[in-house]
Amino acid sequence: MMAYILAFICGGLICVAGQVFMDVTKLTPAHLMSVLVTTGAVLDVFGIYDKFIEFAGAGATVPITNFGHALLHGALEAAQEHGWIGIGMGMFKLTSAGISAAIIFAFFAALIFKPKG
Amino acid sequence: MKKETESREKYKQKIQSFQVKRPVIQNCFRAFWVGGTICLIGQGIENFYMKFFDFTKDTVAGPTVATLVLISVLLTGFGVYDKIAQYAGAGSAVPVTGFANSMASAAIEHRSEGLVLGIGMNMFQLAGSVIVFGVASAYVLGLIRYAFSYFM
Repeated sequence: MMAYILAFICGGLICVAGQVFMDVTKLTPAHLMSVLVTTGAVLDVFGIYDKFIEFAGAGATVPITNFGHALLHGALEAAQEHGWIGIGMGMFKLTSAGISAAIIFAFFAALIFKPKG
Repeated sequence: MKKETESREKYKQKIQSFQVKRPVIQNCFRAFWVGGTICLIGQGIENFYMKFFDFTKDTVAGPTVATLVLISVLLTGFGVYDKIAQYAGAGSAVPVTGFANSMASAAIEHRSEGLVLGIGMNMFQLAGSVIVFGVASAYVLGLIRYAFSYFM
């Protein structure tokens, strides 16, 4: 039960931070998402994001910051095995599920659904 | 050219008093509960995968994200997600569902231009920036981190 509350609060707070960013700077959601992805990667450098995931569960893995974290994580995992060349090799290792799912489902949705409005 | 930008600046100043001020606190509240609810659903899916399938806490993020993406794409197809986005602002853009929504809506919108020229070329219109900045920053940071571990 506690996990659900933590996920709700932490995920909500990240969204609030995003909303404040958007309202203050008047930038678009695309800017916001790019900034958050980079933030997630930066937080992963010293392992902060891992602790955050440990703490918040889905509150940390569902926001887009997790995408940056997972990219760097996969890269570093492969780097341990193959040296600096591995950074490029392992980049998409962990995020593959999300990206493949998004491409596949979006493609078939475009075939099935008609545009609204 | 310079004159044009000048008049544009003046125009911006002139219309400023007519523009609606953003209700920041209300926006934040909406973003909080919608974003929080999406993460709550994510937690439920995570627990489901950990209980009924062979996923550990480290590997469960992949299928969870994929499931959320599927839900988001379906909602986008039925035109529901756009309404949520209008209400919640960043609350619907920050979770991974916003990423899927941007891809699905671009693909659906450009479907009429053809499979290759429409869907294929436009799918990453918005989501592309996320992948570009994510990969670029992760590569640079990965090099830095690797260099550190090499010398220490």
